[in-house]
Amino acid sequence: MGRPSDIIIVGAGPAGMAAAATALAGGLRVAQVDSGTAVGGQFWRHPPQHARSAIPTDDLHHGLREYRALSRELSMARKAGRLDLRLAHHVWSAVREGDGFAVHAVDRRDAPRESAVTLHAPRLLVATGAYDRQLPFQGWDLPGVLTIGGLQALLKGGGVTAGSRVALGGTGPFLLPVAAGLAARGVEVVTVCEAGNPLAWLRHPLPVLRNPGKWAEGAGYAFGLARHRIRVRPRTAITGAEGGDRVTAVRIAAVASDGSPRPGTERRIEVDAVGVGWGFTPQLDLLIPLGCDLTNSADGNAVVAVDGGQRTSVPGLYAAGEACGVGGAALAVGEGHLAAQSALTDSGSAAVLGNRRLVAVRATVARQRAFARAMALAHPIPAAWSSWLTDETVVCRCEEVTAGAVRTACTEGGAHDHRQVKQLTRAGMGWCQGRMCGPAVHCLTSQNQVYTPAERLVATPVTLGALADLDEQQ
Amino acid sequence: MSEIIIDGELLPFIEGQTVAAALVAAGRVAWRTTRVQHRPRGVFCGIGVCFDCLVTIDGAGGQRACLVPARPGMAVTTGRDGDG
Repeated sequence: MGRPSDIIIVGAGPAGMAAAATALAGGLRVAQVDSGTAVGGQFWRHPPQHARSAIPTDDLHHGLREYRALSRELSMARKAGRLDLRLAHHVWSAVREGDGFAVHAVDRRDAPRESAVTLHAPRLLVATGAYDRQLPFQGWDLPGVLTIGGLQALLKGGGVTAGSRVALGGTGPFLLPVAAGLAARGVEVVTVCEAGNPLAWLRHPLPVLRNPGKWAEGAGYAFGLARHRIRVRPRTAITGAEGGDRVTAVRIAAVASDGSPRPGTERRIEVDAVGVGWGFTPQLDLLIPLGCDLTNSADGNAVVAVDGGQRTSVPGLYAAGEACGVGGAALAVGEGHLAAQSALTDSGSAAVLGNRRLVAVRATVARQRAFARAMALAHPIPAAWSSWLTDETVVCRCEEVTAGAVRTACTEGGAHDHRQVKQLTRAGMGWCQGRMCGPAVHCLTSQNQVYTPAERLVATPVTLGALADLDEQQ
Repeated sequence: MSEIIIDGELLPFIEGQTVAAALVAAGRVAWRTTRVQHRPRGVFCGIGVCFDCLVTIDGAGGQRACLVPARPGMAVTTGRDGDG
């Protein structure tokens, strides 16, 4: 197994990469685990190294200079034997073990074959990111309707577009790079329905003014959209999708500020694919069972509570990136550096970031957090979104539980939260364990409270064979 | 170009693509049916969270097509109700 590590970092996206770079610079031996086949996470998703000339994706990315710099540092440390990088490893559990942690994963480099791996270290840093938050609507389970993150992943990871005439909808700035990326690959983006009101940003001018990097990014996407004549329709939502074996059309409508469709504004647009996303849900599957304190985020999600140095309430456990509050890659990178700096200090190593650099990183993190808060307030889940649902609309995709069944569980079954609805209806009990429907079922039952996902003791399915390997190792 | 075998038929892919990317590149967005209502499903989240894209690969069921890299000669079977 080689030399033991000083710290395990789960996740190799922007936060995990930055954390690894700082921890390595401070002399720590790092084990880093990620389920992907390349470092970069979702934001900097790339095809595996050997495939990059066959699947060019550089033009789809933002902040590549930073990605390349971090990649170089990781790859040098790997060659020097100081970084044990485990790509295509799926972590299914992280537990406390004595004064440290054990991380259980399956090695899937030769998938579908898998074998069990357990890593041990005194410190653990979790940077597992987030996934698209979804709100059900009639027809969202039709083939060809994807999350916007899914469209982006196919594009950035595989060079593939899921349709030729695509409508996008939901809320938040992430709609823009997805539209620009699809258009750059020849897709006709027929409409981008943004449920929020862009003027809402004017209520928070300071965070916007203090983040010129975000303007530049936004301006770049706006230019890309203008060049392809893509129209972003504010205060508009996709309220339904139609089709049989595949989506063939969407229904869109202007919406009031609470998200309720304005009568008489509905239109039908023919498409062959749809992308939807309503912000993100932080991936907390490893952190909740470890017993970390959670806190409320402005976007309606529960997130991991951290101190100014990204320490969670569990000694030796750090978190960085979207798990601590959704805020994008620049924030994640800053938090990754801070988390690793804390790990260095706490393990008695000399800190890497000098005072000036530390002050600068902290200032960036504070600025980006203020921006993230403004973004969350400008792009909320509309209060009346459930008025798009009919009783027949599927809410839980896995167990095919309808909105009518969820409502009945509340009105007649007395369910008050998504856990009780699950017991009464099986919503959230299927393959995805409520990752897709959880936020929506939560909104249908207890709209005004923050969403805390269910505790999942096994974060990803694992075969009994792989578990048997584990016994043999011990 | 390399090929995988989907339900007995050859499907080309570019090395580096996942099984789901290879299917989508060929214009397929659905490849299984649901357990209860037998509704068509394929790729939805694209990043391993939703489990809509399940297939059987080289005899191993319950594989997320969006996560497994395609490899030459890989035998993929689709369409079983429930778990691919």
